[in-house]
Amino acid sequence: MPFTLVRECAHFLRLVIRFSKNVQMSNLTRGTLRDSLSVALTVGAYGTAFGAAGVAGGFSVLQTCLFSLLTFSGASQFAAVGVMASGGVAASAIATAALLGTRNALYGIQMSPLLRVRGVRRIVAAQITIDESTGVALSQASRGIRAMREGFWLTGTGVFIFWNLFTLLGALGAKALGNPASYGLDAAVPAAFLGLIWPRLQTNFLRMVAVVSMAFALLITPWLPAGVPIIATTIVAVALGWNAR
Amino acid sequence: MSTSTLWIVMGATSALCFAMKLLGHLVPESWLANDRLQRINALIPICLLSALVVAEGFVVKTHIVLDHRLAGLGIALAALFAKAPFPVVVVAAAGTSALVYHLHLG
Repeated sequence: MPFTLVRECAHFLRLVIRFSKNVQMSNLTRGTLRDSLSVALTVGAYGTAFGAAGVAGGFSVLQTCLFSLLTFSGASQFAAVGVMASGGVAASAIATAALLGTRNALYGIQMSPLLRVRGVRRIVAAQITIDESTGVALSQASRGIRAMREGFWLTGTGVFIFWNLFTLLGALGAKALGNPASYGLDAAVPAAFLGLIWPRLQTNFLRMVAVVSMAFALLITPWLPAGVPIIATTIVAVALGWNAR
Repeated sequence: MSTSTLWIVMGATSALCFAMKLLGHLVPESWLANDRLQRINALIPICLLSALVVAEGFVVKTHIVLDHRLAGLGIALAALFAKAPFPVVVVAAAGTSALVYHLHLG
């Protein structure tokens, strides 16, 4: 597995070098490369926030970095360390993170027929199947299937490299700084969650879902163990998603 | 919180999240082509992330507590309304919260 990742990283770098050397590069690949790299860099930089959140949540630098290498799904990672930081039980941290990971299964269903890979490459493809790689792949549809594939691999490996690099920097930084409250990290984590949902709230219905979830979670907080109100909002998703609007 | 609990959380989260990803690549497309399942699944991230905002912003253990974090979240909300990029939102929230925290101490 680590060998394969190294090989994928090398493959990624070879692609970058090949693209940058090729003066007569077509607009097709240049556009895909530009989209992929800009997403990889900006999203990867958020890894700093996760690295800091992991350490603030009581995890070691090593555990925080392993989260980014192995879980490699931002919302799930933030959720797991967030639930533990708020004093929640392990089971609710794991369950919340896993439920947030279910959308990656839906992305896989869309990406699998496009990539048509087997064996180890399929395992690597699965690990880098996240919001960003799927999003960029789908956004390249007008450039053709080859551009969609390139978009997936470039964005996936690119985010992987930068996300892990910045996680390490964030974790080391937070360890050096100390008390999370004194530099605002305890507010930065919920603010990051707010920033993650914000682009998803595109209709009044979805805004209503968010507000109802927040109210429901607060309402049941005094009566349930810490962390459970978060996963309990799945009830809101089932209730409001049951019938088509 | 014991170290082994944290290791279990990291390990189990990673294993389950990878299982989800791999499942998507292995199952036939028709398996999850159920409209109701798709609708509910689309709402789950919004519900969980919304709950995490309030759980991290206004809760200590099982008590609702309004403190310096409220100021940070207020600024984050304002920044999002002003279409600020993600890093600006997070840093503005952290800075405001830290400021209020230190003013209280002083």
